[in-house]
Amino acid sequence: MHLTDFAWFILFLPLLAAAVITLFTQQDAKFSAQLSIGAIAASFCISLALFISVGTPMPVESTSFTWLSVGSFVVDFGLRLDPLSLLMMLIVTGVGGAIHVYSYGYMSGDSGFSRYFAGLSLFTFSMLGIVLANNFVTMFIFWELVGVSSYLLIGFWYDRASAADAAKKAFLTNRLGDFGFMLGILLLWATLGSVNFDQLQKALLSNPGALGIWSSVAGLLIFCGAMGKSAQFPLHVWLPDAMEGPTPVSALIHAATMVAAGVYMLCRVFFLYNATPAWPEALAFLHGVTALDIIAWIGGFTSLLAAVIAIQQNDIKRILAYSTLSQLGYMIMAVGLSGPTPAMYHLTTHAFFKALLFLGAGAVIYAAHHEQDIWKMGGLREKMPWTYRTFLVGTLALCGVPPFSGFFSKDAILATASDHNIALFILAALVAMLTTFYMFRLIFVAFTGPARSEVVEHAHEPPRVMTAPLMLLAVPSLLAGLWGINAFISQQFTSAPAEAASLGWLDEAFAPFGHAPLAAMVGLGAVVFGFSFAYSLYANAATDPIPQRFQTLSRVIRNRFYFDEIYAKLIAITHEALARLANWFDHWIISGFAIKGIHGTVEIFGRALRLAQTGNLQTYAFLFVLGVAVVLYAVLRHG
Amino acid sequence: MTVGLEHYLMVSALLFSLGLLGVIMRRNLLIIYMSLELMLNAANLALVAFSRFNNKLDAQVMVFFIITVAAAEVSVGLALIVALYRKRQTTHVEDLTSMRL
Repeated sequence: MHLTDFAWFILFLPLLAAAVITLFTQQDAKFSAQLSIGAIAASFCISLALFISVGTPMPVESTSFTWLSVGSFVVDFGLRLDPLSLLMMLIVTGVGGAIHVYSYGYMSGDSGFSRYFAGLSLFTFSMLGIVLANNFVTMFIFWELVGVSSYLLIGFWYDRASAADAAKKAFLTNRLGDFGFMLGILLLWATLGSVNFDQLQKALLSNPGALGIWSSVAGLLIFCGAMGKSAQFPLHVWLPDAMEGPTPVSALIHAATMVAAGVYMLCRVFFLYNATPAWPEALAFLHGVTALDIIAWIGGFTSLLAAVIAIQQNDIKRILAYSTLSQLGYMIMAVGLSGPTPAMYHLTTHAFFKALLFLGAGAVIYAAHHEQDIWKMGGLREKMPWTYRTFLVGTLALCGVPPFSGFFSKDAILATASDHNIALFILAALVAMLTTFYMFRLIFVAFTGPARSEVVEHAHEPPRVMTAPLMLLAVPSLLAGLWGINAFISQQFTSAPAEAASLGWLDEAFAPFGHAPLAAMVGLGAVVFGFSFAYSLYANAATDPIPQRFQTLSRVIRNRFYFDEIYAKLIAITHEALARLANWFDHWIISGFAIKGIHGTVEIFGRALRLAQTGNLQTYAFLFVLGVAVVLYAVLRHG
Repeated sequence: MTVGLEHYLMVSALLFSLGLLGVIMRRNLLIIYMSLELMLNAANLALVAFSRFNNKLDAQVMVFFIITVAAAEVSVGLALIVALYRKRQTTHVEDLTSMRL
């Protein structure tokens, strides 16, 4: 059996679990959960075995069969194994597995327990499909499947109006981005005649100008897909609302995997952005700006925007949601700065520590009987020591404190930024500082000080099945920076074998200070500044001091810069205008011109013809004779 | 003077026109009916004349048909007129305008 054949098992085991649960074992909640967990655990083991058995440099392998062929258009259904997909597979199955186990505790007693695990398995299947796809069409199908399973899981508690709305919002917002994605795929197919990643890459390598004037447009359209899935400005609004879903879902889908799909996809097709940049005639004013520049700025802007919003949120999950947005912006920015390697690196570490943070938040919410306002918590450090410790690990990793994993990946991005674009470098440093600030605000308010409400008074550590995944995720959050992930991914983007792989752990730990001291020092400085601000404001605060001091500013931030309201207004205005146009068209063109016109014409002719219908027998006879005379004349004229 | 085909046809056309004029101008249904018969017979005359001058009997066969059918038609038509008169007490076409909207 060939190596890549195992990849089919990885992909289809979760689907099998989802199908069996939905069709047969709905009634047996425990068994359903075990099936789902078993499937993802098996997938993880196979992925790990694959990972260990392949050598360095890793060969690119793919396997496929023809799925449909219409004329010259052939779509394969294929899997592709390379460093990128292998790493992502490990993240999806590894982090996903921990979250599956955690869910077993968190969701216990819920009436939709089986349905929940079927959803999780379906999601895992779809996500693995994106990761393994070897062409755009297959990827797009799984891309949509991920959208569907995300919809199902956000709206899991569908009897809550807010959850149902959030699910719809997420789905529709994603649809906007996916529309651009689809146009981009069609454009690539039209210009290069293939949707297969390998063939596209070869075509562009042999002739970087093969896309002609459409290269930048194609790049941006493909990016639209990432904009939807990875929730970049201006499509960022769905992610915070998606927190209506169960907390493990937020951890799995809206922190570790699904939202990372956009970044992953950009890295997967990064060769597109190496094509000669060019704009069509109508967009000539953009000359000199590349698609990557636009991507970098959108990413940078999103990360700053989300970080600013996060500092004034009070819902523990929303803080983490905005933090996720902000970190996704970081990754997108890294891609835009021609740094797919740091982007994937940060994606990996972020998956670990953000999933950890979400699960920690879930544990807190579980202990506090679904209280999510951090100002009603407090003092959880003593009551939930393991949750606190692991949460702290996640926070330190997110802030980028050495030697936690986040430090290395964030430093890689900062170094890329300082090499390419100094304005974005400053912005990224600012975001790093804000990140530390809001995360420690969360820690100080929720975990230290006195308990601020009755339920939190009696909070205690959740069961072992929930704390174990926390500890499991804390390990990579702490150590992932020392595992040489960076070197592993860089095989994907450079043909030269990576030399960093030979570094020892200790050398690895100090590497950032060696090759980019400025970025490392600025990153550290940002952490120190952010921490001291947070300490001075929130260390012993009973209420939030910022709203009292900066009333207007705080209100604007608290309301998320009114994006939702603006969008609602915009949609209402567009809707109104369209409705008016449709009404006008209906009233004047369809009903006025078409219907009334036909009706009027017929009526006029009818009235005219009616004059001939006198009812007088002899008039008819006369007309009859006249008609015969005319016919005779016409026939005999030539005779 | 010999009587040729054209003379017969002239008489036939004259009779036909008289009948037509009667159908169009007269008001009494019975008269209109008689005028119709006149037109039929004008056609018969023309057919007989053709038959005579072409030395063929086909047209005469046709004439017999016409006479037979006309007889049947007259009986039906007269019955209708009688029935109409019984219902409306009139045979004037100007009074028969119920087909008008």
